[in-house]
Amino acid sequence: MSDLTKLTLAGARDALRKGETTSVELTETHLKAIEGAGALNAFVHHTPEIALEQAKAADARIAAGDAPDMCGLPIGIKDLFCTKGVPSQAASAILEGFKPEYESTVSQNLFDAGAVMLGKLNMDEFAMGSSNETSVYGNVVNPWRRSGDEADLTPGGSSGGSASAVAADLCLAATGTDTGGSIRQPAAFTGITGIKPTYGRCSRWGTIAFASSLDQAGPMTKDVRDAAIMLEAMCSFDAKDSTSANLPVPNFEAMLTGDIKGKTIGIPKEYRMDGMPDEIEQLWADGTAMMKEAGAKVVDISLPHTKYALPAYYVIAPAEASSNLARYDGVRYGHRAKLDAGDGITEMYEKTRAEGFGPEVQRRVMIGTYVLSAGFYDAYYNRARRVRALIKKDFDDVFATGVDAILTPATPSAAFGLGEMKDADPVQMYLNDVFTVTVNLAGLPGIAVPAGVDANGLPLALQLIGKPWEEGDLLNTAYALEQSAGFVAKPSKWW
Amino acid sequence: MLDLTFESPKIKTIAGAKHDWELVIGMEVHAQVSSNSKLFSGASTQFGAEPNSNVAFVDAAMPGMLPVINEFCVEQAVRTGLGLKAEINLFSAFDRKNYFYPDLPQGYQISQLYHPIVGEGEVIVDMEPGIARRVRIERIHLEQDAGKSIHDMDPNMSFVDVNRTGVALMEIVSRPDIRGPEEAAAFVVKLRQILRYLGTCDGNMQSGSMRADVNVSVCLPGQYEKFIETGDFGHLGTRCEIKNMNSMRFIQQAIDVEAKRQIAIIEAGGKVDQETRLYDPDKGETRSMRSKEEAHDYRYFPDPDLLPLEIEQAWVDDIAKTLPELPDEKKARFVKGFNLSEYDASVLTADVDSAGFFEAVAEGRDGKLAANWVINELFGRLKADEKDITSSPITPAQLGGIIDLIKADTISGKIAKDLFEIIYTEGGDPAEVVEARGMKQVTDTGAIEAAVDQIIADNPAQVAKAKENPKLAGWFVGQVMKATGGKANPKAVNQIIAAKLAE
Repeated sequence: MSDLTKLTLAGARDALRKGETTSVELTETHLKAIEGAGALNAFVHHTPEIALEQAKAADARIAAGDAPDMCGLPIGIKDLFCTKGVPSQAASAILEGFKPEYESTVSQNLFDAGAVMLGKLNMDEFAMGSSNETSVYGNVVNPWRRSGDEADLTPGGSSGGSASAVAADLCLAATGTDTGGSIRQPAAFTGITGIKPTYGRCSRWGTIAFASSLDQAGPMTKDVRDAAIMLEAMCSFDAKDSTSANLPVPNFEAMLTGDIKGKTIGIPKEYRMDGMPDEIEQLWADGTAMMKEAGAKVVDISLPHTKYALPAYYVIAPAEASSNLARYDGVRYGHRAKLDAGDGITEMYEKTRAEGFGPEVQRRVMIGTYVLSAGFYDAYYNRARRVRALIKKDFDDVFATGVDAILTPATPSAAFGLGEMKDADPVQMYLNDVFTVTVNLAGLPGIAVPAGVDANGLPLALQLIGKPWEEGDLLNTAYALEQSAGFVAKPSKWW
Repeated sequence: MLDLTFESPKIKTIAGAKHDWELVIGMEVHAQVSSNSKLFSGASTQFGAEPNSNVAFVDAAMPGMLPVINEFCVEQAVRTGLGLKAEINLFSAFDRKNYFYPDLPQGYQISQLYHPIVGEGEVIVDMEPGIARRVRIERIHLEQDAGKSIHDMDPNMSFVDVNRTGVALMEIVSRPDIRGPEEAAAFVVKLRQILRYLGTCDGNMQSGSMRADVNVSVCLPGQYEKFIETGDFGHLGTRCEIKNMNSMRFIQQAIDVEAKRQIAIIEAGGKVDQETRLYDPDKGETRSMRSKEEAHDYRYFPDPDLLPLEIEQAWVDDIAKTLPELPDEKKARFVKGFNLSEYDASVLTADVDSAGFFEAVAEGRDGKLAANWVINELFGRLKADEKDITSSPITPAQLGGIIDLIKADTISGKIAKDLFEIIYTEGGDPAEVVEARGMKQVTDTGAIEAAVDQIIADNPAQVAKAKENPKLAGWFVGQVMKATGGKANPKAVNQIIAAKLAE
């Protein structure tokens, strides 16, 4: 076959079933691509032995006619997922050398379906970041460049390694996680598709926690069909996660008809921000027109509490993180600082955590500790929870009027240069999440679909937000958008 | 329902240099839930296992591990609430209490600050027959226990054992209704008794299954009544919390010395600081553990890994149906049904197994006689052997058999004691033993008369004295019993001697 790395999951699945290639061949081709892509710094742990073993087993399953959709398909796993016997560090120095004795439910589901793990993917430390610059492994580089410019761009974050690897054809797809936009923003920056399902669809068991009430895993893929295929394999009810939903997982791919006639798409006025680049405005207008052309009814809607979402998110997420990250204390696993004579337990905690956590993680732990402390709890954390309830109600109210999905920009800009935000106020970086955090706060499914390019030739994406548990319908709407947008651009290989 | 009436105990005052002072005490009792596995993991709760062997990934707070509530522990908490006649909250929720300690792997304890599973209830604290203190329970919540840090195995290092980490505890919080050291100890005794009846906590204070924190303050007489009227804690003194008490004796001592310490401070014109203190039984003093300023800020917030705990009234009702008879009701029933003194009923119902043993013995027999035998003979004998009722070598049926033989006049009370000893040490059916060993009482008046005649004939001097002073007849009774190997029916012996001496 021609270049196997250009295949989609669906294409590779079909080729495997027809016997046009083997999983071993697919896997070897991708391993080679990874080897040649060190400049992107997307993969941080390579697992070729595991990959080839899984590929052989997958080929046997395919030969036996027992092949689920993901069988034999080589993918990358974000470093946030615990993978048995394989380093799983959340891109943090504090988990130095940590190899779990267990497999996360999501990666186990994928392996049960026959997926092949090529390695672990780079990310922002503990999924805290929007540019993949907070990783202990160094930043990931976006395979896209501005036309006529060799400056390295960010792939976005926190699932930057996943985004870069999929966009650069190093793997057919990758897992991501999304707490405030960590799947959708990097997908948008790299011209791929990323869906965050409804909170509770994917088990969080075995995924290193950032903010428990917001974290959700999801697929990052080359197109919407692939997202449907991979999401189905990732989801499951899991009794080991008390927040996991006991609902049947539909066949999402079968719901991709592209027919959205009669659907109602809401355009929220509050997502039109001051200072938003014209290109984003234009992309949104184009997307709106496409939805109309496809037969959907487009209505203006209001989500009045949107402007409070980002501040509420940056209270709730750090609050939960400050507690979730308390376990990294140097006592049982991971990094422990070398102690001086006379140092006690307090010094061990302080030195270990000072050395093990990067500045962004430290900042969020500090913010989280502050907002939960006596005297500030009501003013910050409790107020943020009330805001969260109002944001959720905004969406509930809109869906109750018959809106099926909401169309918004995915990000306020195209990918920016690495290091560009180095001296900026951290809040500038947090603004990257402005269109995506509402979805996490409300626990809704959201998908980023590439829909155009900016003046520099960089990909831009739109976001569709769906009703809870209606990922199938959302994917179908995204599929219609994808077909209308006809985004086919790929980064030119420079690495 | 059968209820015994009681009066409140007198409030004990402690004399200061200037005034008499009253004590106001509230308690927080941590009771380990009887359950095979932990509150949020499947790991075993067995006490005394190899260090770090009862540990699930979630107990060790491995990355990405999540807690899942153990339904049985919830059931046990509900059962406890019902046993304390408390309100059961159908909606409760778990919160994280954040602090760093090496034996707390998560860096937080999962507890229930804002929405506890059990609301207001009460404990009737018995002081003596007819005297009891009604102590209100404010709440009971479920929480995780911490592990153990071991500091004495190495000069430079501390070791951590996380076997106990995550074991379910019930924190039972009382209102400040306890008014003295004896009442405080009696509160723990009564609570322990109820929990053991319910089977929700084994109450073993030595292994740490029950531990108490005691909040102590002092006030002038009359202030407490104002507090009760208004609910305003301003009428009471500043309290100090004495942590982690695991014996009734230490609880009493600690309260006593703490109260005296506070009184001395106040009478010297000082102010009691609200703080957490530890009792040192060797020095007989409490000392500051941390002051209010140094108090941890636990940053409680709802645990996002767990959904609120919502239970159904029907489930609570089902648990209520399986509730055993509780100590107060059992005691009242024993008093009224078996005609026992309240004291005896208290002794017998102190422990559910003892009560059960007694009832099996008393069933269809003279309750008072059964109580005497169980309390005086059996308990005494078991105590001498350092055995408890569950390992009694004698069964209720055997003890009942002995009582039946007494009642049937087959054996005398004295012989019955010998028989008890034989059955206790050798076993066997009491009636058969009596038969086989010829222990039957002689009621044949002819045989007794012959023995009496013989003794009268042999002791003319004694006869003469006894005729003058009938009180000396006892000597003849003794001689007859000796002659008959103790088997003569004492009633018959007495009658015959009296008759013969009167001749």
